[in-house]
This record gives sequence, structure tokens and C-alpha cells, in this order.
Amino acid sequence: MIAEAGLAALWLAASMALIQFIAGLTLLRAGTGLLVPLIKPAAYVQGALCTFAFFALMWLFYVTDLSVLLVANNSHIDKPLIFKLAGTWGNHEGSMLLWVTILSVSGSAIAFLEKRIEAKTLSATLAVQGFLALGFFAFLLFSSNPFERLVPAPIAGAGLNPLLQDVGLAFHPPTLYFGYVGLSIAFSFAVGALLTNQVGPAFARAMRPWVLGAWIFLTIGIAAGSYWAYYELGWGGWWFWDPVENASLMPWLAATALLHSVSVLASRNALRAWTIMLALVAFAMSMAGTFLVRSGILTSVHAFAVDPERGSFILALMLLYTGLAFVIFALRIGTVKQGEPFQLLSREGGIVANNIFLSVILAVVLIGTLYPLAAEAVGDKISVGPPYFNKATVPVAVLLMLALLVGPLLRWRRDDLGRLKYWFIGAAAILLLSCLAIWKFAPEIGIFPLLGIALSIALAVAAWMPLRGRKLLRTPAPVFGMVIAHFGLAVSVFGMAAESGFSSETLTALAPGESAKVAGWEVKLNDVNPVAGDNWVAVEGDMVAAKNGNEFVLHPQSRHFFTPPMQTSEAALLTRWNGQLYAVIAQPDQEGDGRWQVRLWWKPFVTFIWFGALLIALGGAIALLGRMFRRTKKPARSAWQAE
Amino acid sequence: MNRSWLLWAPLAVTACIGGLATYGLVVPKDEQVRSAMIGQKLPEFALPPATQGVLPLSNTDMGDGKPRLLNIFASWCIPCKAEAPQLEALEAAGVEIDGIAIRDRPEDVAAFLDEFGNPYRRIGGDSEMAVQLKLGSSGVPETYVIAADGTILFQHIGDIRTEHVPMLIEKLKATK
Repeated sequence: MIAEAGLAALWLAASMALIQFIAGLTLLRAGTGLLVPLIKPAAYVQGALCTFAFFALMWLFYVTDLSVLLVANNSHIDKPLIFKLAGTWGNHEGSMLLWVTILSVSGSAIAFLEKRIEAKTLSATLAVQGFLALGFFAFLLFSSNPFERLVPAPIAGAGLNPLLQDVGLAFHPPTLYFGYVGLSIAFSFAVGALLTNQVGPAFARAMRPWVLGAWIFLTIGIAAGSYWAYYELGWGGWWFWDPVENASLMPWLAATALLHSVSVLASRNALRAWTIMLALVAFAMSMAGTFLVRSGILTSVHAFAVDPERGSFILALMLLYTGLAFVIFALRIGTVKQGEPFQLLSREGGIVANNIFLSVILAVVLIGTLYPLAAEAVGDKISVGPPYFNKATVPVAVLLMLALLVGPLLRWRRDDLGRLKYWFIGAAAILLLSCLAIWKFAPEIGIFPLLGIALSIALAVAAWMPLRGRKLLRTPAPVFGMVIAHFGLAVSVFGMAAESGFSSETLTALAPGESAKVAGWEVKLNDVNPVAGDNWVAVEGDMVAAKNGNEFVLHPQSRHFFTPPMQTSEAALLTRWNGQLYAVIAQPDQEGDGRWQVRLWWKPFVTFIWFGALLIALGGAIALLGRMFRRTKKPARSAWQAE
Repeated sequence: MNRSWLLWAPLAVTACIGGLATYGLVVPKDEQVRSAMIGQKLPEFALPPATQGVLPLSNTDMGDGKPRLLNIFASWCIPCKAEAPQLEALEAAGVEIDGIAIRDRPEDVAAFLDEFGNPYRRIGGDSEMAVQLKLGSSGVPETYVIAADGTILFQHIGDIRTEHVPMLIEKLKATK
């Protein structure tokens, strides 16, 4: 019954989306738009119906109703409750339902909250939003029905991929979806503003919180995914340039660029066409990401739900939306007037530099991700890996970091070199001294880790400079947000550079009682014991790591799951302030001489990578909340404009 | 200056990516990794007998003027058990088959031959996969068509099913 009600709610919600779209079309015609008053109510009802459908599915997972195909395939009566609930979105159909639900609820939120832009633009935006939703409803209802029944119902259920049975991962996909959907709203705003000729500061201010929110979620989602891969896959790496990782990185890069350019548009009414372009690209990248993950056209460790039919569906949606948007862009952008002028050495100029570097990195990642596909089309089999991505992106990232040392200190419109010469000299001195000090301390370190560490030290100082000479209590929250996010970038880059420059590794086979050394740590394997969990058994190493007279216990596991049968490794991580000791134990040697394969890494400052990312997200959150709070207190006036 | 064509560039890029992606979806994917050794002479190797009572195998045992099949298998490999009747059928058709047992123990190979029959002329034991890697093989079972002069002509990846038997016989005949 619940399943049928959920399905009915989805159909009704789809019809609401259709109403929104058709009513929006009447707006395009010269008349007043007869059906326009229907748009807002349709958006509310659509949000409510989708929410109902989503909770209906969650209920089915909660009670483990195995007569529903999706539940039977992805859940199990013995599964812990939290993973039963996470099963709602831990699969293709459920995750698409979550996608659409967030999309619809966001539509209702815009309809309810947005007061800054003209009514006509808002209606156009909601109509675009309805058009987007319509495609995803069609996708759900015609090719991915989450409420499909299974007759007869099985008695136990087919389990969930044990790799995915992890609290971190239960929340990783929804976090990314919030990000993707946020960008869809930026897309709708951009198309709405283009269609109604309202590309200006008001539109930018309306769009900005959604971009900022999406970007915060994407940042957290990517960081969480990276940490998950780091401790779960047992390879000791935190970024693999896997196609699916790139799929989440590309929207983030576009959103980061958009976030900066939208501020210019909101505060200075410049970069109009460029901001629109970025908004379209950012959502196109989200769609491309979804497509890459779902279609399985690129070989990836993530490829779940590989299905050519679904792949074609998402591809068709992506091409339809992106293609139409670019057609509208080409036809309408001529009507968007030139924005305010600015000089090269200005805050705008700095943000343009940021945008160019980020776009170059985005292009490099996009080309690298799609290259194997192009190569295959001409009959070659190629995989593009870290050597390409690192070589091609890191130099651009270095330029980006250099620009960031100065950019936030520049004034809007124009600045003069004389005012900033002491800071230029100071920043150069910090950079040079750091380089020399690192080189003296560790001459064998590579050029990029060296530059990375030096730049992050300089940026860690430079990030706080915008606060100099300000009354801290009267400084707007978005400025604090910016400072913290830039400082977070410094922290994160420091972690990346230190990890790639100074990691040490030992691979050995140990019998109980023997020990191995890595980076000053002595790790002794005391014993290996069998342990059991809810739905797995494992061998667990009992290790003691010692350094400078301090001893710590480590328990790495090699797990074996039953449903479906699968082997995973649970690394044991010992976190110190200056790095992590990472231990992995594997199944015994084939020879059967009682030795166990043990792999140990010392990864200096590796945790900084994710702490930095959290700081970046925190900075975004402060800016977002600061703006929302300000808006309720005072009428709209950009915080950055107040400078 | 007329730059209006530039405005259509994003659409063109989208179309290119779309075309590429469509191609990726439509064209069936060849997930198999073909050996780079096809068309080349057998690499040098000399393997001990895989178990008691069988003959050892080296590259000079093949390419002696008679085309043969080289079958890579293992007692622990389930598709290898499934293809055993097809190997018997090939042998019955007069095809000479040499085998290489990968990462195997002599007693397990003996048990495997007892249970599923022994269509092999010679069986080398490759306990470290060294020869398998030299052949450019990435799994078991795999079957190579070796020409009379020792050139590797063809690689069949996966188990030999009934429908593959005539094809392999054709390939062998074609070498003469």
C-alpha cells in the first residue's frame, strides 16, 4: 500500500512539474502569462509530494518490506538499522528519488523565500526548475521505479555492498546530491535571468546563497569521499584521479569559479556573461558527473548500477538541458549589456585570474577524464592516470595559489602597485625563506611538494591579511568566511604537499612476535585473532606501535562479508598531531609459514588535507549564515560592497 | 569585430562530448586485455612437469613444424573445469594441446586430470605465473593458437565453449 502511495505521489509531483513548465511557457509569449499564478502553488505541492514519496520509500526500508524489489535487492533483514535507512539512497533508484526530492523541495523554497528578483524572473526560474524536474521524474517513472514490487517476496534480501556499509559513505552521496541540486538552482536562475533579461546584481544576490550552499556540500562531500577511500580501500592514497572522483571534482571547480564571479556581479555589476556561462557549466558538470557514475562508460572502482539504458537516459537529459541552455545563451547573451569596467590590478582582476586558473584546471581534468573514451573511439586503449593529472594541474594550482596571496587584498575597480609593494615584498620573502628552509631540511623533496609547502605557509599568513586594519567586531561575516576558507586551503595544500613529499612506507611479512620499522616507529605484531561483526568475520592484527617510549595499540582488520561475499580491509589509523600511522593487514602468505602481510605507512600531516577542507566548508557556512542573518536584519546590501 | 560564432562554441563542445559519450554507450565494450605477443614468436621458457607422470614443457617443444593449442589452466579455476569436455573434443578431433598449470600444486593437478580427463600432450607447471606473464596472458583459462614455426597466432580469452571448438579447429587448419 505504502509503495503504491509513494508511486502515486511521484506521478502527481511530475504533473505539478509539468504545470510549472507549461505555465512558464505562457510567460514567454508577449501576453501577461495567463497561467503564471499557478507556478508557485505547483512548486509547493511538488515539493510536498516528493517529500512524501521519499519518506514512503524510507519507511519501506525501515520495515524491510521485501515485496518491494528495491528493498529486496539492497537490504537484508540482518542489516543494522542505520544502514537499512541509508539503503534508501544507497542504490540507483533511491538516490535518484533523493535527487528529485531535494530538487523539488529547493523549488518550493525559492518560491517561498525569494523576494529580491522581479516576479517575472522568479516565475521563469521556477519554470526552468519544473522543466529540469520533469526530466528526472520521467527518468524515475519510466526506467528507475523505486517502488516496483517483487512477487513472490523473498525471505532475507540480497544485502548491500559491504564496501558501502559504512557510516561515512552512508552520508557521502546525499551530500554530493545537495551540491549538484544547488547548482541546478543556479542553472535555473541563470536561464530565468537570461530569458527575462535580468542579468544583474539582484539576480546574482538571489543566486549566490544557492551557489554557496551547493559549494559547501560539494566541498564536504568530496572531502568525505576522499577520506573514505583513504581508510577503506587500504591503498594509503587519498586521491586517485578516478573518473568518478573527477566527476565530483569538476562541478566543484566550476562552482568555486562561479562563487567568486557571482560576488563580482553582486557587488560590482561586472562579469555578467561570464557568470551566466559558469552557472550553466557548473550544472552541466553535475549532470556529466551523474552520467559518468551511472552509465559505467568509464572504468572506475565506483561503477555501481551500470546500465546502458539508464546511461542513455541521463545522457539524453544532460544534452537536452545543457544544449538548450547554451542555445539560449548564444541567442540571448547579446542582450546582456556590458558590465562595469575595471582595471587589471583590482579585486575584479584577481577574481578573473582565479576564474581563469580554475577553468584551466577544469578543462585539464575534463580532457583527461574523457580522453580514454576518445582514444577508444579511434581504436586505442588508454587509461589516463595520476602522472598526467598531477603534471597538468599542479603547475596551474601553483599559479592559483600565487594569485591568492595578493587577490583578496586588492581594492575593487582599481588599485595601485605602490600601496601594496610592502606586501608583495613580504609575501615574496616568506615564500623564498620557506623554500630555502625546506630545501635545507629535506633536499631530496620534489619541486612541487617544496612549492606546495612554501606556498601554503605564505598563504596561511596572507589569508588573514584582509582583516588587517579592520575593527573585528564590525567586520561582516562574509569577510571572515573568506579568510577562513582561504586559510583552510592553505592547511589542506600543506597536508597534500607534506604527504606526497615525506610519506614513508614498509611492506613486509611478519610472524607474531616480529616487528617492522617505519619513519622512526617500531611496530610489533603481537598476535592475530579472529573477530566477528554483525554480518562479517575478520582476522584482526594485534599490533603495538612504539616511538620515543610511547606505545599505542593498533587493530587493522581484513574483513570477509557473507552477503554478498566480499573481502575488505579496515586500516588501523593512529593519528598524531603531525601525521598518521596507517597499518593494513592482509590474508596470510600463500606459503603458509605463519607470516602475515603487513603494510605500514607514516603519512606526515595527512589529516590536514581534510581538516583544511572542513575549514573551507566552514568559511563558506559562515559567509552563507552571515548573509542570511544580515538579510533579516537589514535590507539587501552586499557585505562585500560595504568595504 | 564579429564574434557571434564564439557564442556557439559551448554548444559545439557539448555536442562533441555528447557524441563521444553516445559512442561510448552504443559501442560494446571490449573489457578483455589482448596480449601484445600476438604475431610474435613464443618467448623462451622451460617449465617442469606440472605433476608426476606428465611431460615438461618448454618453448622449443612447440613450433616444431606442427601447429598446436596452448591452454593455460589451473585446478582451482572453475571455468577450466567447464571447458574440459571441449578440450577432450578438440583432442578427439586430432588437435595437439599443450598445457600450462598456473599457481598449482602437483597433487591438485593430478586430481584435476583424474576427474576431468587429460587431453594434454605436455603440461608445464608455472607456479609463479612467470610464463603466463611472458605470454601476455592476464587470467585463466586462456588458449593460444601456436603456428608450426612457434608464432603466437591467436588468443582465446575465457573458457572454450562448444561453439568455439570449430573456430579453433579452423584457425589451426588455416595455419597450414
